[in-house]
Amino acid sequence: MIGLEHYLVVAAALFVIGIFGLFLNRKNVIILLMSIELMLLAVNINFVAFSSYLNDLVGQVFTLFVLTVAAAEAAIGLAILVCFFRNRGTIDVEDVNVMKG
Amino acid sequence: MISADIQILMPEILLSIYAMAALIGAVYTSKDAAAPALTWATAGLFVLMAVWIGINGLGTRVAFEGMFVDDGFARFAKVTILLSAAAVLLMSEGYMQRRGLLRFEYPLLVALAVVGMMVMVSAGDLMALYMGLELQSLSLYVVAALRRDSVKSTEAGLKYFVLGALSSGLLLYGASLTYGFAGTTLFSGIIEATAHELSLGLLFGLVFLLAGFAFKVSAAPFHMWTPDVYEGSPTPVTAFFATAPKVAAMALFARVVHDAFGGIVVEWQQIVAFLAVVSMFLGAIAAIGQTDIKRLMAYSSIAHMGFALMGLAAGTQEGVKAMLIYMAIYVTMNIGTFALILTMQKDSRPVTDIRALNSYSTKEPLLAMIMLIMMFSLAGVPPMLGFFGKYAVLLAAYQGGLAWLAVAGVIASVIGAFYYLRIVYFMYFGEDSDALDGRAPFVLRSMAIATGLIVGLAWVPGVNLFGIDPIAAAAAATLVN
Repeated sequence: MIGLEHYLVVAAALFVIGIFGLFLNRKNVIILLMSIELMLLAVNINFVAFSSYLNDLVGQVFTLFVLTVAAAEAAIGLAILVCFFRNRGTIDVEDVNVMKG
Repeated sequence: MISADIQILMPEILLSIYAMAALIGAVYTSKDAAAPALTWATAGLFVLMAVWIGINGLGTRVAFEGMFVDDGFARFAKVTILLSAAAVLLMSEGYMQRRGLLRFEYPLLVALAVVGMMVMVSAGDLMALYMGLELQSLSLYVVAALRRDSVKSTEAGLKYFVLGALSSGLLLYGASLTYGFAGTTLFSGIIEATAHELSLGLLFGLVFLLAGFAFKVSAAPFHMWTPDVYEGSPTPVTAFFATAPKVAAMALFARVVHDAFGGIVVEWQQIVAFLAVVSMFLGAIAAIGQTDIKRLMAYSSIAHMGFALMGLAAGTQEGVKAMLIYMAIYVTMNIGTFALILTMQKDSRPVTDIRALNSYSTKEPLLAMIMLIMMFSLAGVPPMLGFFGKYAVLLAAYQGGLAWLAVAGVIASVIGAFYYLRIVYFMYFGEDSDALDGRAPFVLRSMAIATGLIVGLAWVPGVNLFGIDPIAAAAAATLVN
């Protein structure tokens, strides 16, 4: 029987992979966008699992909102990335370094 | 019922309808030619909204079954946000026009960000909180990268986007845990769930939520985006980042810890006190080596967020009141300082090196005097306005039983005074230089003089902080009970 804990563990694992993807990735900004998406989807798994466990629809409604916002976020992220690429000619994470920090 | 709910949301609805209609209208008609008019119109609308919200104080009203709360606390924050956003728009118009940056999207994106902030400070539910926060953040990412042909500006936008999205992810994970273990997303339900026993999951949710908020208010150790984004963005945008979003994020922070987790003050008090002390010291120490005035203001804002969080860490009504006063004062000081930073130019190119201020007092005695007032005030030297803000939060922390935090705050404030006074030193005793030229435009000059008077005269008996004290006290009373 697959219970709530299994879903939570999967979601936590995906979330942590997403965070590590953000910090360990030294190659490509697109991978950062994928990692962000992974984090948001892990949260969605959490919401849906809790929603079904609690017999409460609010979690699923929240998931729909998160999905919508994630789409908007990806669109804006890619748009900024395109602008950056036009100016810098590269999208390597190591080259996002004009300003120190 | 629905019409009563909509009545309560009227300011937000009108503002978003305005932004969308103006966006479509400008696309189909004159495009960027309409930008100056739109900027003034948006600023005017903000002021009207602020007056409307400020006058229509009708106690506490709740819309959509608790998802949206309109109380004194929200109104205080909304008026501060709207007025500061209006001031920043007025300051940006001339600057951006001269540099060909004024696109019609700019005032409208600011308007949408302000709608997001207004929803944030009124949120009574995790969903409303998230939607407001994202509306604000998504608009701000775009505004940061407004100068599309500059590597610095697009890099600032990219960094802000990546770290902002990370913080939203953390916050959302916290929201999902809170929902799962409290069984509801309503703040009123969460506070009931924490009343009998605190589960570990709820505590984890709280920690993730706080980490997300710390990112948004740029409190250390989640501050790393701030200096780069401040430096890279066009200066008017930096001025905007330093004011309205900070007030909104701080108000949201206070709203969540008191409305949703007000029953477990002891649990979050330690975390907030930690964030406060780290931010104060990091802001004070890391700013010492900075030569770019925008980076310096970024570290300054980190330190100031630390002080505001100190008020919040007290966990009392007094603390929330001190935090509100501090934020209002911080915003006023920053508008004045950025009005002066916006006047800094050489051959009509913006200058941000602090050494350019050498012997500024001989060229612009009045503006140098205002800059001196601002720097003293930011450092917290009595009798300037900034001192009263610091005094309020220190007193609140001491009365809330956090004497060690108050002592740390005093030490950090003394360290931080160094870099503010260094700017004053450059202006009055620096060697001759001609790093700056051109006269300050009328709008910036009058904005600087107005804030200079407010900041410099707050101590005069009878003026008494312009009566903000009782208003903030009443606002805090509606949040903490």
